[in-house]
Amino acid sequence: MSSEVTTTVGRSIEASEHPVPTASGGLASPGAILLGSLAFGIVFLLVWQFLPPALGVPSYIIPTVTDLAHEFVRMAQRENLLVHIFSTVTIATLGFVIGSLLGAAMGYVLGMSVFIEKVLSPYILGLQIAPKVAFAPLFIMWLGYNAWPKLLVTILVVFFPIMVNVLQSMKTVDRDLINLARAYSMSRLQIFWKIEVPASMPALMAGLRIGATLAVIGVTVGELVGGNTGLGYLITFGEGQANTAMVFNAIVLLTLIGIVLYGAVAMIEARVLHYIPRAMR
Amino acid sequence: MLRTVSVLDLIGVTKRFAAPDRVSTLTAIERVSLEVRAGEFVAVVGPSGCGKSTILNLVAGLDRPSEGRILLNSIPVEGPNPTVGFMLQKDLLLPWRSIVHNVEFGLEARAISRAERRQRALRELERCRLHDFAQSYPYQLSGGMRQRAALARTLAIEPAIVLLDEPFSALDAQTKLILQKSFAGTIAASGITTLLITHDLMEAVIMSDRILVMSERPGRIIEEIPVDLPDRDNPMARISAPRAREYVDHLLASLHLQEKAA
Repeated sequence: MSSEVTTTVGRSIEASEHPVPTASGGLASPGAILLGSLAFGIVFLLVWQFLPPALGVPSYIIPTVTDLAHEFVRMAQRENLLVHIFSTVTIATLGFVIGSLLGAAMGYVLGMSVFIEKVLSPYILGLQIAPKVAFAPLFIMWLGYNAWPKLLVTILVVFFPIMVNVLQSMKTVDRDLINLARAYSMSRLQIFWKIEVPASMPALMAGLRIGATLAVIGVTVGELVGGNTGLGYLITFGEGQANTAMVFNAIVLLTLIGIVLYGAVAMIEARVLHYIPRAMR
Repeated sequence: MLRTVSVLDLIGVTKRFAAPDRVSTLTAIERVSLEVRAGEFVAVVGPSGCGKSTILNLVAGLDRPSEGRILLNSIPVEGPNPTVGFMLQKDLLLPWRSIVHNVEFGLEARAISRAERRQRALRELERCRLHDFAQSYPYQLSGGMRQRAALARTLAIEPAIVLLDEPFSALDAQTKLILQKSFAGTIAASGITTLLITHDLMEAVIMSDRILVMSERPGRIIEEIPVDLPDRDNPMARISAPRAREYVDHLLASLHLQEKAA
């Protein structure tokens, strides 16, 4: 009787130590995952290329992948594509950097003063909820059809998530760490630079990631509404000419710009937050 | 001779807080008087919520007493004081700093050159046997090693007194015992004056020269027990001494823990 129990227990331990990989639950190797992703992308492009024509969808509704490639070459030759890309990239990057700096600075200032933060918090909430891109026409009325309204919208869109993240992290810094610094007779400014700023880095980086994706949205809306440069402008231009392929291409390029910006932030984050174990990031 | 000099004096110290209802007050500790002499290791035990940590905050100058006086080397404590080192259950290492840079942290408010700061930090790490981990980051160390690094940081400022607030209570039983031995050895070797706040009765017995027993809130000192055992620098030797068990039994009795459990 007792020996029977022992053997069952022994067996169950053995089983739990060597889990049998199942088709649904087991983790695949990174190589297999990459291969799967690539295969999915290729299948997706093939379906895009062949399904709409097979169903009789005309190319001015859904252009095929090869239509997009041809249009891309034409845009590069005839539409000054590089100039438009350069304009969009410049404003997105500039707006992202300025918006981040202002947002972080504002977050730290509000985090330092509980009073100002309490006084302003309903207005901050209001502005946070307000659709920032809707300000674009207003900026154009004020500043005209040039780069400034686009830059301003981008800054505005990037500003809030970063400010809110930094402020939140300032409010949740471990009190015991602050007390430790106080016990070591550190000044308010030393506590700020040595405890609060580094402690806010994970939140700031998370804010920058969000900001990087929003920057592209900001600049696109700015270009859609006013001006005659940038990929957003090419979208409205293509729309006017019923050039569906041009619209698609501009969207793809805007997405790529967003990915590059996001990737740059992720690289900076990996360097800044090197002290956090990879698995926990 | 040195032993008679008192480093820390609490004279009739009372601390009241505003209760959560904002009308009444809550007395955390009441007329607490105690003395810690140079080189002495004193433990304070008591039920949870008896105001043990209040004493620590008052001595560290992070809080002011409602009544009474606190003297450090005969000078009244008026605010955060660079001659007090304190350690909590949490190691409070800054995760973005390497271990040696963490140990330097306490010295950064002082007018000490960068080179001397580094030298002192390395010396303390050597003393806490963490020299090989100077360039590591806190996440790369075990819980016990992190507490040793925190001790190195505390000792680096060469404090007149070290306050330990349950520094081992977050550790597993074996790590705890190893760390108690390590701390006791380091503290005995440096001859530093120590006030340990703990709820672990055995810990109080095996680490200290003298135990102060506190009552439930409002916390008062109800008994003082000199620990007359050898090997203060080696808790592992003390823990197996039969008389250590007697001290614990005595503490159990004076805290009325048997009656409460019944």
